[in-house]
Amino acid sequence: MAEEHKIRVLVAKPGLDGHDRGAKVIARALRDAGMEVIYTGIRQTPQMIVEAAIQEDADAILMSILSGAHMAIFPKVMDLLREQGVDDVLVVAGGILPDEDLPAIEALGIKGNFGPGTSTEEIIDFVRNNIHPSRLAGAAVTKDAASGQTEKAAQ
Amino acid sequence: MSTDIVERVLSGDRRALARMVTLIENEAPEARDYLARLYPQSGRAQIVGFTGSPGAGKSTLVTQVVRELRRRDLRIGVVAVDPSSPFTGGAILGDRIRMQELAGDPQVFIRSMASRGSLGGLAASTRDVARALDAAGYDVVIIETVGAGQAEVEIVRAAHTVLVVTVPGMGDDIQALKAGILEIADIFVVNKADRPGADQTAAELRMLLSLAGKQPKSAEVWRVPILKTSATLGAGIPELVDALFRHRAFLSESGQLTQRNQRQVRSEVLALLQHTLGQRLRSAVAEDEWQRLIDEVVERRANPYSVAELLARRVGLGDSKEDAVSSREGATSAS
Repeated sequence: MAEEHKIRVLVAKPGLDGHDRGAKVIARALRDAGMEVIYTGIRQTPQMIVEAAIQEDADAILMSILSGAHMAIFPKVMDLLREQGVDDVLVVAGGILPDEDLPAIEALGIKGNFGPGTSTEEIIDFVRNNIHPSRLAGAAVTKDAASGQTEKAAQ
Repeated sequence: MSTDIVERVLSGDRRALARMVTLIENEAPEARDYLARLYPQSGRAQIVGFTGSPGAGKSTLVTQVVRELRRRDLRIGVVAVDPSSPFTGGAILGDRIRMQELAGDPQVFIRSMASRGSLGGLAASTRDVARALDAAGYDVVIIETVGAGQAEVEIVRAAHTVLVVTVPGMGDDIQALKAGILEIADIFVVNKADRPGADQTAAELRMLLSLAGKQPKSAEVWRVPILKTSATLGAGIPELVDALFRHRAFLSESGQLTQRNQRQVRSEVLALLQHTLGQRLRSAVAEDEWQRLIDEVVERRANPYSVAELLARRVGLGDSKEDAVSSREGATSAS
């Protein structure tokens, strides 16, 4: 009964803008790609996002932000993750992110940084290919151990 | 800090608990051993199920109930189940949207689960996940089912107390609830009671319960309360929480808690056994042999019954009558 690793993604809208149509489109696309998407809704504080990611054991956090508050919020999220010892979660950003901020965002360890016009396929592939290897390694071990066990059972 | 995940869960480490839930959900091979070790520490929490139609306000109601339970200084675990897509296996788990005001309370642990193909309103591993939360020390563990219609009654096998949430204006739909969900309610909640028709809905439920013989006068039998709430306004919530505790006390005092636990354990062991047998069978029969057997049955050279019998023998389950006879004979010859 070896299970494939089911990718769990937290989609959150930090900050005060209430425009979550983009986030919903992405959530839906990730669902259609077979992922389990925990959608938190709008007006999420960095604390709420990190706490939800921990409780849900998310493989990835996707933040969509249009308000321009990204340089206030993103560093906070990354600090909190570090404080909690979470180092194996992919953090991806999207929304309106000015080019001049991208180096700083990437320096925080936030990847992707998808702007308007990005196709949902691109985001799906990016998430799939950038899940932290330790999370997938766990699944691979699980798989081997499971087939080992069933073999034993068959004997 | 201990590196053993079971120790960490028992000591209240939230990240370890979250990872444990993932292992349980994924049916990782080590998960059964972990669950076996957590089991002796479980059994203290009251497990409360919330079920009802989609849009009845379950998540909002759960949020309000958790707030009230927090006022009474209890630690709360929540497992919220939403459906997986039957086509892609993906899911959107949106219960957290309604539970935002609980975020940031370290005494509340919320986990969203996708149903992953199970049809009874829960995921296959929901009961085990609730057990992990129980063992981790949460006083009340709330399970919110997927939006349920008539037949999603799996929650009775997982919870001590089942709340069925309905809303005014469902009209004949309440009639439709008669056979399925009506029978599993320990507490009825008419939510959105600020809307017109709440009293009528409550009256209809009362009548249906009396028809079903569910409103006896005897103190030995639980009298299913029908409570009106408005989750968005926060009305009726303390009364609902009181009713939860009354039901818990009733179960203990009447001895029905033991009966309920025994029924649940029986069905759980049977389910585990079926699961194990299914696994053994899958590994004992290669796909080409399956195909050959299926072809034989389809072409009428064999029949489904004898093939099932053959496969049962393959996993070590011979004809039960023969076994019984031979074991009797063995006993006779030995004596």
